[in-house]
Amino acid sequence: MSVRITSHLKLLEAESIHIFREVAAEFQRPVMLYSIGKDSSVMLRLAQKAFYPGPIPFPLLHIDTSFKFGEMIRFRDWYPASIGARLIVHRNEEALAQRANPFRLGTQKCCALLKTKALLDALAAGPYDAAFGGARREEEKSRAKERVYSFRDGFGQWDPKNQRPELWNLYNSRLEKGESIRVFPLSNWTELDVWQYIHLEEIPVVPLYFAAEREVVVRGDMLISVEHNPPLLPGEKPRMVMCRMRSLGCTHCTGAIRSEADTIPKIIEELMLFRRSERENRVIDHDQEGSMEIKKREGYF
Amino acid sequence: MAGTLAQLSPIEQFLKENEAKECLRFTTAGSVDDGKSTLIGRLLYDSKGVYEDQLASVKKSPVNRSGREIDLSLLTDGLRAEREQGITIDVAYRYFSTPRRKFIIADTPGHEQYTRNMATGASTADLAVVLVDARSGVLPQSRRHIYIASLLGIPSVTVAVNKMDLVGFSQEVFDGIRLELIEFFARLRSDNVQFIPLSALDGDNVVTRSRRMPWYQGPSLLEHLETVPGGPSKPFEQMRFPVQYVIRPHLDFRGYAGQVASGTIRPGDHVMALPSGRTSVVKSVVTYDGDLEEAVAPLSVTVCLEDEIDVSRGDMLVHPSALPHMSRHFEAMLVWMNGQPLELNRSYLLKHTTQQVPATVTAIVHKVDINSLGHAPAGRLQLNEIARVSVETQRPLFFDPYEENRATGSFILIDPLTNLTLGAGMIRERVGDAGHQRIRQALMGIQFKTERPTPAERAARLGHHAAAVWLTARPEVAKLVERRLFDLHCMAHLLSDDVDSDVLPEVASIVVSSGLIAICSIASGMREELERARELIGYDRLVVIEPESLPVDDQQAAEAVCDILASRGLLDAGPLGFGREA
Repeated sequence: MSVRITSHLKLLEAESIHIFREVAAEFQRPVMLYSIGKDSSVMLRLAQKAFYPGPIPFPLLHIDTSFKFGEMIRFRDWYPASIGARLIVHRNEEALAQRANPFRLGTQKCCALLKTKALLDALAAGPYDAAFGGARREEEKSRAKERVYSFRDGFGQWDPKNQRPELWNLYNSRLEKGESIRVFPLSNWTELDVWQYIHLEEIPVVPLYFAAEREVVVRGDMLISVEHNPPLLPGEKPRMVMCRMRSLGCTHCTGAIRSEADTIPKIIEELMLFRRSERENRVIDHDQEGSMEIKKREGYF
Repeated sequence: MAGTLAQLSPIEQFLKENEAKECLRFTTAGSVDDGKSTLIGRLLYDSKGVYEDQLASVKKSPVNRSGREIDLSLLTDGLRAEREQGITIDVAYRYFSTPRRKFIIADTPGHEQYTRNMATGASTADLAVVLVDARSGVLPQSRRHIYIASLLGIPSVTVAVNKMDLVGFSQEVFDGIRLELIEFFARLRSDNVQFIPLSALDGDNVVTRSRRMPWYQGPSLLEHLETVPGGPSKPFEQMRFPVQYVIRPHLDFRGYAGQVASGTIRPGDHVMALPSGRTSVVKSVVTYDGDLEEAVAPLSVTVCLEDEIDVSRGDMLVHPSALPHMSRHFEAMLVWMNGQPLELNRSYLLKHTTQQVPATVTAIVHKVDINSLGHAPAGRLQLNEIARVSVETQRPLFFDPYEENRATGSFILIDPLTNLTLGAGMIRERVGDAGHQRIRQALMGIQFKTERPTPAERAARLGHHAAAVWLTARPEVAKLVERRLFDLHCMAHLLSDDVDSDVLPEVASIVVSSGLIAICSIASGMREELERARELIGYDRLVVIEPESLPVDDQQAAEAVCDILASRGLLDAGPLGFGREA
């Protein structure tokens, strides 16, 4: 009798690789959304594995709001190139020229312009018919029902009541012109799986994930970075705090957490102790009850 | 000793253990108000699979239908619409893990019209948890859920009898439900069935065993989920490698990328590419992490061959000694998933493994009445209905019966106009196709077979299926049944006084595995033997005769027994051994 592979990480890896290959085989112009975070790093490694020893047969796309951490941008400009991947960077230049920023517009409007609109424009410009994203079902409640192939209409919008049933590993890739799908190869991964995989595979991630003394303002439970000079509230003063990022986004909208975890095992240990979801420090998710679902319907990733 | 582990820090030790952790995928089904969301909430909560901020948000929620401090069902009710309606309307996936296993839950709605969602959740599950409300007992929907689990080939089914707190933790209530369902399971193919009495609201027997039901000696739900075998009891061992993608970075490398669907592939293996029938030898099994000595299902790898034979996406690599079925015609169970009913002889797209072919459904053999499990007249096939159908494809498919191999026995039907997924199919049987048989015979002639004969091959040779008849207290009738079957050209063997009843189940199982029909003539009341025989031979192959149902006259009684065997389709195997109705 043959030995049955049962390790859950091996299963997840095999499933994700299968998804990458299906999409590469069945779509005309796939693209991988590259957010620079840990999930993107894992996706990139899985894509390398899927097409080894060939190159990754699609480009990476980064939607740059211009409010990302400097460390993220440095990592972005180094890592994909170092493994031979092709990176496209897209910004909503028009909105930026009109000085769109979260401080003036508020986070919702800022996100709509610099992320959602920029993303839809970039996908249409491709034109890309399939876009890989790093979303995981366990991340957030509205994602628990997301398909691996998530169908979007001609306007890039998602209808939770009208999704195609998805059985076994048989994905329906049929589209009309102008329609597209988002593909989530990490659907079944948890945050712990991602970190464990990064650890096992020694995958590079942005140093912001590791604890260090960083200059922040303390606002309630949140630690907000002072990069990009956010307006301070009366009495607020930047100070050095030992902290790290649990998820990466724009400086103003991504809070840091107090942490001493400066290695991956320590990060995993911290995860085991703090049962808090990683999106908690995202300002955007808390705007309104069910806010992520609303954004997704509009086309946000 | 545990020296190496002991030197590691606790977190490193945890990582080592976690790395090797297994994964169990299960699906949950229940009727509305069976407390399914609460049960999942309870599993997540008690196994610490809930984040504190998510819990805080549930605690703050203005809705609380539980009568307890927190409404655990809110942890899993995802979308706004359903939170307002209080009904889950789509498959939701949840994740939690214990030190022993990682779990992926496909939480499927039990609402009447959502058969399609249940089928979706069941398609990738190793186990199904079916909830039954202790107060209302076994409902038509409970049977429906169990039937779908069995249809989708889920290896294990666990019946969670919930709300035991509302029936005073009564053993009688639990036993009543259990007995009623055991009979039902006997008609299906589920071999690993567990019944657990619990209260999701209070947590009895969910994670820890309850003190309030001392009469129940079995495991808690979580204990069961942690220890039940993950895959099918007899995994399909024949190698199938559907080619997904050809990797050709430069002239010196040509690799066939895919996920091993079943069996094992090794360098040096003789393989045949289908449909071309060309053979070659595996040069290497390539991965990013280095070449492999062997790749087992479900690993994703890249296979390089010694010879330059033409292979592309949609082709399949197999061992020439263990070929799949190849045909443009086959029968399948089809779950219809769209508001537009099935149209016979209309052109659909069929996706099977890595190929997509135009296909038509040529006939509805019969519909399944999902409440009685009887066959309903074949008319139209509509949303959430299930039927056995005949399918014809434009090009041949390479497949195995679904019950043996989920990966090569499943397909979806797509509407080429709307692009929607219309149905999900499970291949049951191939229908005669002279052209196909010629190809098959030609291919089979190439290599000397090395595998032992399969039950299907034995059945094809003998013209009937292997089975055992369990007949109590009528030794004369047993003898006549043997004679009658023999006259019907069936190979039957009587096991009576010559076999000690202690070992009768074992002996009968050997007779059955050789392809014959064993007639077990035994005194009444041998319950333990009967249970063992069921386990060894399987519910579907063991035909238990109720002696009181037989005519008094011995000859007539023997006729009646043969009629029962015939009505189960056991006496006619068809030319390739797959003639039996499931």
